[in-house]
Amino acid sequence: MPRPMNEETPFARFRAEFAESALAVLGLVVVLIVATLALLAPLLAPQNPYDLAQLDIMDGRLAPGSTSADGLTFWLGTDDQGRDMLSGIIYGLRISLGVGIGSAAIAGIIGASLGLAAAYFGGRIETAIMRLVDLQLSFPAILVALMILAVLGKGVLNVMLAITLVEWARYARTARGAALVERRREYIEAAECLALPRWRLLFRHLLPNCMPPLIVIGTIQIARAITLEATLSFLGLGVPITEPSLGLLIANGYQYMLSGKYWISFYPGIALLLTIVSINLVGDQLRDVLNPRLRR
Amino acid sequence: MTSWLLRRLIQALFVVLAMTVIVFLGVNVIGNPVDILISPQADQAERARAIIALGLDRPIWEQYATFLWNAVQGDLGKSFVFNEPALRLIASRMPATIELAVTAVLLSIVLGIPLGLYAGLRPNSTGGRLIMAGSIFGFSLPSFWVGLMLIMVFAVQLGWLPSTGRGQTETLFGIPWSFLTRDGLAHMVMPATNLALGNIALVLRLTRAGVRETLPLDYIKFARAKGLSPARVLAVHVMKNILIPIVTVIGLEFGSIIAFAVVTESVFAWPGMGKLIIDSINVLDRPVIVAYLMMIVFLFIAINLIVDLLYTVLDPRVRLETRE
Repeated sequence: MPRPMNEETPFARFRAEFAESALAVLGLVVVLIVATLALLAPLLAPQNPYDLAQLDIMDGRLAPGSTSADGLTFWLGTDDQGRDMLSGIIYGLRISLGVGIGSAAIAGIIGASLGLAAAYFGGRIETAIMRLVDLQLSFPAILVALMILAVLGKGVLNVMLAITLVEWARYARTARGAALVERRREYIEAAECLALPRWRLLFRHLLPNCMPPLIVIGTIQIARAITLEATLSFLGLGVPITEPSLGLLIANGYQYMLSGKYWISFYPGIALLLTIVSINLVGDQLRDVLNPRLRR
Repeated sequence: MTSWLLRRLIQALFVVLAMTVIVFLGVNVIGNPVDILISPQADQAERARAIIALGLDRPIWEQYATFLWNAVQGDLGKSFVFNEPALRLIASRMPATIELAVTAVLLSIVLGIPLGLYAGLRPNSTGGRLIMAGSIFGFSLPSFWVGLMLIMVFAVQLGWLPSTGRGQTETLFGIPWSFLTRDGLAHMVMPATNLALGNIALVLRLTRAGVRETLPLDYIKFARAKGLSPARVLAVHVMKNILIPIVTVIGLEFGSIIAFAVVTESVFAWPGMGKLIIDSINVLDRPVIVAYLMMIVFLFIAINLIVDLLYTVLDPRVRLETRE
């Protein structure tokens, strides 16, 4: 059946409502730029910071705007290894975003599944899952991450595991809240009458209708994951020195800051900041647009 | 009240017990206990002797019982690095952390509540909007980076404040404190502000939300109609009601502040528990790690208990319910 001309699609309405905040659009643009930089790092970075053949220790700690012997301009200066900071930041974004998005996504899958299960099955399962959520949320994220890394040791995978364990509880709580409302609706009853398998009911019927709040939480959790990874790496508990994320770049520059060589810490920090703040701006606007209570 | 307190204490005891199981299993099942408890410098014969001496050849539940028995007596092993009982080592670093955390809490009350009141009373003024916009940064900026920027601006560029360490300390009750000397206070300004930032934003937002919710209520209108001065309405009638959630949050956040001190202490080289645990993780000084984890769990549970107690003191409604 042809759609009437004046009726807008849900996506068009969503886009129009999102665009109402100029700040959020700006945030989205920054997020897209950062994501592109991270994805295409090898093509866009002026130098490969992991390739020792391209580095010259004589170029170490040059101020922003200096040029190397072979004519490469270091727009953001160099670190103590003679690495171009701009390239270091672009490659660092790759690791920061990768770890952040990856662990937020894994936490989302685990947390949402548990939250849905809690709401759908109720009873003992619900009590057990929600008690665990409460226990998890009563300890601050940094402490839980510290405990896990203290027991398991450093490394990218352990950092991701730590962030996942820190973040799943918030997804679980959100998913349960949304699912408790949805599971009383007729379409769930209809699906139950059709004797659909449990997993199909949970993931094909219940989950899609619980998505809006999960998307909002997901955006904010990505920003939190990136911050936590940067913090852990800054403390020397995160990623190894061979794959510096933004947090580790900042930590490397710390010792030179006191002698006035600010750029080694400053620019990676700005990159981190822009990423986190713009993700949060997008998340805030998504919350307003996707919240049915604010539906105009 | 007494039976309630007793019930809560028993509950708390169970949580502590559960956490000892988790930490014990974490260290002994996931990690390798031989690596954890025996110094890496030991040779084969020493290792074998130590394994028997430490009881690592015995069944796990028996090991746990020994661990628990020693822990109750305050023995959580000896630090490899300092060759000192781990618990005593942590206790010696604790005052520095507590001092920093308490100052940060005070800062968040002294700055957060007035700013929140202003933003709540004049939500549409430029100042109110500015405060709210600023509070977003308090939440979203990574605290270690803010700390670095503070050092860059106030220590390196302007040279107003010292960047690292505790400065000169003065001994009181046999414990060195920084807040008793001018130099120590100067050293504390930046770390305490850094640690407080997130909490200032939190307290400010809570206060603002509370004021906005309370002002239109009938009892406030009634107080105004009685002819009470706006200052008295605010100080007595509004504050008394919005203080309950604020006190709860500040209390609960005290634990987070101590946890987050790990970051601040690392940035400002503040010699507290947080710096100790990071250093210990970096050199794998595991008895200290275990002792720190146990200590912090204990602290957390104690804080939760105290907050609950304060709650009943502040809110008579809670007190009434528990009496029945």
